[in-house]
Amino acid sequence: MMNVLEVQGLRANYGPVPILTGIEFDVGEGEYLGILGHNGMGKTTLLKALMGYLPAMNGAVRFLGSDVTRLPIHARARLGLGLVPQGREIFATLTVRENLRMGLAAARKEDSRIIDDLLTDFPRLVRLLNRPGGALSGGEQQLLALARCLCANPKLILLDEPTEGIQPSIIEEIIETLLALRKRRSLSMIVVEQNLEFIASLSDRVLSIQKGRITGEVSREDLLAGRVGLAVP
Amino acid sequence: MDLAIILALDVLNGTASLFLLCVGLAIIFGMMKIINLAHGEFVMLGAYATVIATNAGVDIWVSMIIVAPLFVGLVGLLIERCLIRFLYGRLVDSMLATWGLSLLLIGLVTTIYGNTMNGVPTPLGGFQVGEYRSSWYTLFLAGMAVSVMALVYALLRLTRFGLIARAVMHNPNMAATLGVNPDRVYMITFGIGAGLTGLAGGLLAPLSGITPVMGAAFIAKCFITVVGGGATIISGTLTASGLFGLINQLGAYLTTPVYGEVILFLSAIFLIRILPQGISGRFFKGMS
Repeated sequence: MMNVLEVQGLRANYGPVPILTGIEFDVGEGEYLGILGHNGMGKTTLLKALMGYLPAMNGAVRFLGSDVTRLPIHARARLGLGLVPQGREIFATLTVRENLRMGLAAARKEDSRIIDDLLTDFPRLVRLLNRPGGALSGGEQQLLALARCLCANPKLILLDEPTEGIQPSIIEEIIETLLALRKRRSLSMIVVEQNLEFIASLSDRVLSIQKGRITGEVSREDLLAGRVGLAVP
Repeated sequence: MDLAIILALDVLNGTASLFLLCVGLAIIFGMMKIINLAHGEFVMLGAYATVIATNAGVDIWVSMIIVAPLFVGLVGLLIERCLIRFLYGRLVDSMLATWGLSLLLIGLVTTIYGNTMNGVPTPLGGFQVGEYRSSWYTLFLAGMAVSVMALVYALLRLTRFGLIARAVMHNPNMAATLGVNPDRVYMITFGIGAGLTGLAGGLLAPLSGITPVMGAAFIAKCFITVVGGGATIISGTLTASGLFGLINQLGAYLTTPVYGEVILFLSAIFLIRILPQGISGRFFKGMS
């Protein structure tokens, strides 16, 4: 099986502060990979570095067989990398439909059927289409951010703490939608989270991150029992 | 009665010219947060393009409406690639660099065409209102202002490029995450702003004395209008040009043109003091 993403020795800094200190992992085709870690361990930074927001100081990132370590954000997006960022980053003054149309911004021609198709998976968004994105609740914005990302038909989605500040019913909905989608598309995903239940129900494999390094795999039994060994000695 | 009509036409003229002069700046400053101190020189280049094309035998309407915006738009693209693109997010540096650019453009035009007054005749002639005279060109300017307004609105609201541009101005990184190259959007937006400013220069060429330093006369008025109008391009620029056009013309009528300008600047300072976000920041939140 081919790997969708291969990360080797990735280092990245925020200003002078090193945050990622040598990240190594792979994501297989169709795999949903969970990455578990406390605040400040580099989860968000890892996703930002993979998307190209932060330059890699060292190491390499290969996506679908090509080296993307030095590519700008939009070029990675066009290769099929998608990010649903923390805080969701909805375009607040654009309507929900316009936010979804932005998901098609890289396509040669804008095909509104893609949006209509996608809305069958996100029925909650249908009656909100003409509202400004900023007027939506946190959970609705999270669904919108996910739907917007999916409009671009990504091969690998980077999902950053999707359960933060969101009511449980929408968390359930997100899990169901993501599990349903993988049956129809060739879709891989990296989800970083602190919510054990969420990560357990979505992921095929869970890695833990500590102080900017992947420290090992967390077994399903440990995960469900809450024995994840994340406490820093 | 005749006097009222003439005054109304004057106000219309002031508003239309101000709107035409400002809309390009509103795009460059309002959307891209670049303080372009060479804005007046873009107007000057538009006026020179019109004069030179007209003297070379091109129809004056073609020179004003096509040659001037096209030429200044292309100059704008070139300047964006060589200078402005290094300055996004660096407000003070952008002021310094565009000020230098303004001096360079003035020097360049002076060297080539000399420090002399040029002009083109005002087309269309005039009409009589009682004992006063006014010119048809005033009404034409108002018509052009309305057309430009409609065009900018359609571009921002109804086209795919407009949607992408609004998204990039709101959050460039997120737009890039969706596959948009913000660099390219900035370049095109700057070119459009420069082109519209060139159009203003072309349209005002028949009404102004055209010299290399003519831009200085416009720059302050343009900036206070754009800042007074606030972040939204059309509604903000339109209301601010209407308000300041009215104040300027009435002030000039009641006192002298010089005091008219003074009254305009004083009322602008007052307006920005009470509405720091500009008119549209207070009344038209979230529109364009």
